Amino acid sequence: MNAIHKRRFLDQIMVMFGREPMKPAQQTERVIKAHALKRMTNKADLQAMKSHMRAHEEKSTKWRNRRWATLIITNLLFVVSFYFDVQLLEGALTASRFVGFHLIDLNSALQVMLAHKHIITNLLIGTGTVLVLWILLGGRSFCSWVCPYHLIAEWAENIHLWLVKKKLVTDAPIDRRLRTVFWVVFALLAVITGYTVFESISPTGILSRALIYGPGLALLWVLSLLIFEVFFVRRAWCRYACPIGLTYGVIGIISPLRIKYTLEGCFHEGDCRKVCLVPHVLDTVIKGRAVDTEVAIGPDCTRCGLCVDTCPTGSLRFDVKGLSRIT
Amino acid sequence: MRRAGKARLRPPGALDERDFLSSCIKCGQCVQVCPVDAIKLADLIDGFGVGAPYIDARAQACDFSCDAVQCILACPTGSLTYHKPDFLPVRDGAQLAAKPILKAKEKDAENTLNLKERIGVARLTRPSTCLAIQGKGFKGQARGPDFKGELRYMAVDRWKPIPIRDHPYDVAECDLCVRECPVKDAISIELVFMPNGTQRKSPVVHEPCVGCGVCEMICPVEPTAIEIVAQEVWKS
Repeated sequence: MNAIHKRRFLDQIMVMFGREPMKPAQQTERVIKAHALKRMTNKADLQAMKSHMRAHEEKSTKWRNRRWATLIITNLLFVVSFYFDVQLLEGALTASRFVGFHLIDLNSALQVMLAHKHIITNLLIGTGTVLVLWILLGGRSFCSWVCPYHLIAEWAENIHLWLVKKKLVTDAPIDRRLRTVFWVVFALLAVITGYTVFESISPTGILSRALIYGPGLALLWVLSLLIFEVFFVRRAWCRYACPIGLTYGVIGIISPLRIKYTLEGCFHEGDCRKVCLVPHVLDTVIKGRAVDTEVAIGPDCTRCGLCVDTCPTGSLRFDVKGLSRIT
Repeated sequence: MRRAGKARLRPPGALDERDFLSSCIKCGQCVQVCPVDAIKLADLIDGFGVGAPYIDARAQACDFSCDAVQCILACPTGSLTYHKPDFLPVRDGAQLAAKPILKAKEKDAENTLNLKERIGVARLTRPSTCLAIQGKGFKGQARGPDFKGELRYMAVDRWKPIPIRDHPYDVAECDLCVRECPVKDAISIELVFMPNGTQRKSPVVHEPCVGCGVCEMICPVEPTAIEIVAQEVWKS
């Protein structure tokens, strides 16, 4: 990794913790040329190309479908496993056993370790396994590919966007640093109270248990979160509050699985940023911002693939560092 | 949020309440392995600890029909444990004098339960309603035809607990709490002096009581004459 990419790598970590993305201070020689060439393109030609692209645009839902299927199947596996007593995936999302192997959610494990201040072997094994698994699978891909709240919030988001379009509600974004504050507060609460406070209000845990062990009144809390998101703040919980997302985001820093941006064909229309849960990670697609002709998207990206589906030019793709692209 | 009222009966092997709540990851693996579905997860209105497991002994007690205390085995964080870590103190009277002998496997080479501490103690809270004290017998389904609770009856099936309603009783003098108690020497019918000087037969709880709650579940009077005082210690 050269100095420019290293700088961007560190910048993206800061962006994940809540800093606003900034114009890059340094760019590679080749990208400066590429940006310049793009600026020189004849306006009429560019407009013709864009119109041509729009005319032939095909709306894809390939990655969304794959992701929804994975999310639903994973959560159903827990349900079926208990219902039919087949011992395939026992437990809930906070901690489980996959054919006997301990799997423990990183944030839940962290809460327990901070609150209880004692770590037993099984807890360590389960946490280690999940750590390795999600480093390989892309960190926050846990959010979009597994978390049941993410899926429901995605549907609620569609209602919210429809209401915004009808001018019935307005979106009120919050400072993204709030999530980092929440993470620290929940960690401190666990240490000080000796109780896993976050686990009591985690919609991920509540939904997972409701699916497996039957619904309860705790679902009212999840419902109130969704109502808040529909009428006031788009994707408020996932964007500005959830410590699980930040925990997995940190893991994602060193994950080889990410979205890769290729500057060449991009028309900088910003379709990707409109569908993205975390549009600050797509700052690089803004005209003139890319530090190189190919750029890896940062760790706060949930690898949901909505941008890949949406991009009309194929400029955003899934990519495994060191391997060829996944199509 | 914690209710000032009744303490909750936790699954066997549970750490002391505070440590239990700090270490439980609320995954429900204990719920999944229990052969009699004794373990439930707390809801929002059940006080501090959404998703933390508890046992409502009157509805379904732990009868140790898994023999090995499976819930402890399933717990990934050590909230339920065979071996309490050294730095956690043991409350006076919580420790069992000896490993409890499971009546169901009394004749086996290894006939004990791997439990070091009790989760509560049975107490005759309504002696005036106790059939044994009144010298009455009991005939019929212990908890009526609609009761869903299950119990392992060794005479019926060693490995399969059956609904209590499918196992009616006919006893001249009620001793259901004593006869169904899964732990050896934890409870017996004794002659006791009543406050007025007369002698009566009465169930008497002894030190080996682990607080499993089978006596509370099987007690045929309504409300139950005997109950588990959850998280209680043995006071001699």
